[in-house]
Amino acid sequence: MKTSTSQSRRDFIKSAGCLTLTFPLWTSCELAAGENAVPDSSLPRSLSRHPYISAWLQILEDGSIRVYTGKIELGQGIRTAIGQVAAEELYTHPDRITVHLVETGVTPDEGYTAGSGSIINSAMSVRYAAAAARARLLTMAAEKLKVKADALTLEDGNIQQDGQPVMSFAELLEGKQLEDKVDTPPELKPKSDYQWVGTAFPRQGIEKMVRGKEVYVQDLRFPGMVHARVLRPPAYQSKLESYDQVALEQRVHGLLKVVTDGSFLGVITEDEYQAEKAQQVLKNTSRWTRPPALPADQPLHEYLKTLPARKESVENKGNFTDGGKKIQASYFKPYIMHASIGPSCAVALYDQQTLHVWSHTQGAYPLRGALKEVVGLPEEKVHIIGVSGSGCYGHNGANDAATDAALMAMAYPGRHVRVQWSREDEHGWEPYGTAMIVEAEATLTAQGTIDQWKCELWSDSHSTRPSGDPGNLMTAHYLADPHPRTSYGYSGGGYRNADPYYKIPNLKIDAHFFEGPLRVSSLRSLGAYTNIFAIESFMDELAEKAGQDPLAFRLLHSEDKRAIAVMRKLEEMIKNQPVLQDEGVGLAFSRYKNSASYCAVAARVRVEKNTGHVQVQRMWAVIDAGEVINLDGLINQTEGGMVQSASWALKEEVRFDEQHVSSLHWATYPIFRFSDVPEVEVAVIDRPDQPPLGAGEAAQAPATAAIANAVYRACGKRIRHLPISPEKIKG
Amino acid sequence: MKEISLQVNGKQYSIQLEDTSTPLLYILRNQLQLNSPKYGCGLEQCGSCMVLVDGEAMPSCRMPVSAFADRKVITLEGLLQEDGTLHPVQQAFVDEQAAQCGYCLNGMVITAVALLENNQSPDDTDIREGMERCLCRCGVQPRVMKAIRTAAQNMTP
Repeated sequence: MKTSTSQSRRDFIKSAGCLTLTFPLWTSCELAAGENAVPDSSLPRSLSRHPYISAWLQILEDGSIRVYTGKIELGQGIRTAIGQVAAEELYTHPDRITVHLVETGVTPDEGYTAGSGSIINSAMSVRYAAAAARARLLTMAAEKLKVKADALTLEDGNIQQDGQPVMSFAELLEGKQLEDKVDTPPELKPKSDYQWVGTAFPRQGIEKMVRGKEVYVQDLRFPGMVHARVLRPPAYQSKLESYDQVALEQRVHGLLKVVTDGSFLGVITEDEYQAEKAQQVLKNTSRWTRPPALPADQPLHEYLKTLPARKESVENKGNFTDGGKKIQASYFKPYIMHASIGPSCAVALYDQQTLHVWSHTQGAYPLRGALKEVVGLPEEKVHIIGVSGSGCYGHNGANDAATDAALMAMAYPGRHVRVQWSREDEHGWEPYGTAMIVEAEATLTAQGTIDQWKCELWSDSHSTRPSGDPGNLMTAHYLADPHPRTSYGYSGGGYRNADPYYKIPNLKIDAHFFEGPLRVSSLRSLGAYTNIFAIESFMDELAEKAGQDPLAFRLLHSEDKRAIAVMRKLEEMIKNQPVLQDEGVGLAFSRYKNSASYCAVAARVRVEKNTGHVQVQRMWAVIDAGEVINLDGLINQTEGGMVQSASWALKEEVRFDEQHVSSLHWATYPIFRFSDVPEVEVAVIDRPDQPPLGAGEAAQAPATAAIANAVYRACGKRIRHLPISPEKIKG
Repeated sequence: MKEISLQVNGKQYSIQLEDTSTPLLYILRNQLQLNSPKYGCGLEQCGSCMVLVDGEAMPSCRMPVSAFADRKVITLEGLLQEDGTLHPVQQAFVDEQAAQCGYCLNGMVITAVALLENNQSPDDTDIREGMERCLCRCGVQPRVMKAIRTAAQNMTP
């Protein structure tokens, strides 16, 4: 490890438990322009961008350690995992470590908490920074004690000599922080010595939750805080014509301000329920223009193929001949929603020319970049504090609620303004996971292996996240001086996992990108969900044509030993399962992004042919996510991934009429309830010698495919259009 | 201003408010500053806002606070013992790590407490039926069921 500076003159940060900390900007923690920005490629990406130890961890006056992450905790347990890796490298119990979630100007900018990247980038950056800190602490202590560094060790916040603590980290640093730059990988603690990493170290947050402690952005309370709601238009393209101020004043107590800007219509009250009432009064009394009709009168999969589309060749290898019997199938996934249990919420305060926004956004820095344009403030005057929210599973309403709060706080300075979206706001206005179509065609060799595979897919965008563009903030579309959506966003997610992770000599994949009728963005696993549903359904169809067992057929086309290992393990788990009349077991495999976690899933379903009801009885998963950081976190993510995916597969479809989305609550957008939920079992293949791969999105895609395959085995119906509804089973 | 008397977590409160149609949830969260009952849907569909009312699990997001006058309301905060020890159901949720984001946890714990009051050794069918009104989006229902089984065991004298 190279060290280029020793300590800074920066003082200790006082230990503070509250959510607002006013810090000087850590400009020194980021690479300055012109500074050598060609890092060692073996360093985690986030560490390359923020190479100073103090950007990632600081020793507090009381001897505890604060770790900084540019990510947010949304139920995935990242706070605990990051604490574990820091604890390990510093030989200090995780209880002495607090993790500060993303906050602009305070933590590193790590973009979005997305794509199963938090372990790979943030936790690994913290690991390297902590390892570099350990080396530096030992060197400093050796100098101070005039002994050799190898005579010393670290133990729970202290420097030890001969097994006895001689001074604490805080005493050693004397009020300074470690400012060393980490530009080559430091020596890491041997994995054989690990105490916490790889174990099922429990998440401390759960006790706070059951005690009713302040956990979520929804729980924030500030003195003098006021409440706000925004009335969304009746349709995406409606414009506000008028609203009835008198009615508001008559029916709402403690009305403080109506904030209008073009077709943005918000209301601020002293009391929360009065804000909710005001939103209803506005809904009943406002007049809006009639927008162009949505295409509600024809089957969506047919309509989407009529839209203009941009074509992209994803893969084209080998030779295609007309020989061989072609096997064809077309798969469809409707729009589905994130459907967070807690609708989006934000608190904002405009005070002394600075806008502070507390948000559960997945990207505080990219939100800042977009929001500053909307409110017309310089970047350094927009301060975004990441606070945990309800699980979001992708880009939900968080950024838009933050924008709502920001606009109203700007119009009502000096007091904290809390915006709470209603259930209808979240269901009706979040950006959905796009509908997709996958058409597959294949031929088999005489030996029953896949010879040619052609796939054409149709998709809308898979990310319209803020990314510094105000046009990606939905609220900003409705302002008098609007920020229209300018960029199509990230389309690459459409063909994520479209390339089968199997040995196929002749392969052609084309993607067609349309702009569909509903607002869309990133939803957990992006296009991989539909592509794997299609590929893994099609693999079963091809296996049947080839007269082979589905698992044997997959193994026949697999080369990667880790892929084979998860499938073999799954086989072992399900081999003695009793399968009764009307029941079926199906399985599926994928390697997420073809470069991340390996996951094989099986499902056992029972199908009632008369009613069309499908009961998912039990699901099994085997996951190889490389090095395991938190065993229980990995299992929990995989269990939840299967359950969520089963709900998508069986129940979910965003519906719309001519005017707007009509799936506006849990009765019109049903998701799994307890009676629907299968028993689950997860096996983990730990590979401590391999890099961790992230696991939040590994199970969803194979889980749905496994269910579709199980349904076929139970009742002979091959369902290619999701959701697997009773009508389709009966039809 | 009108006055409503309310008993929450064993304490008597006299609530002053303009609008007695205000749902109990907002009074608990804003006036009494209790974090545990959560706004989820405002439609009694999801269970996030559950509280115990005279021992029965009920949503608090729609019914006006006036309907709860002089009834005994208990929230997660009120399940704790005086020394801060967790209720066996709360402890079981911690032990089984039965949460991801945890936003639904309030409704899960409250509903489970009521379920176990009425049925000390529920089987899986009883648990599913008893918990049916609580939604979870992260997919931790299997862990919630495990936590309820664990709590039932630990509560058996």
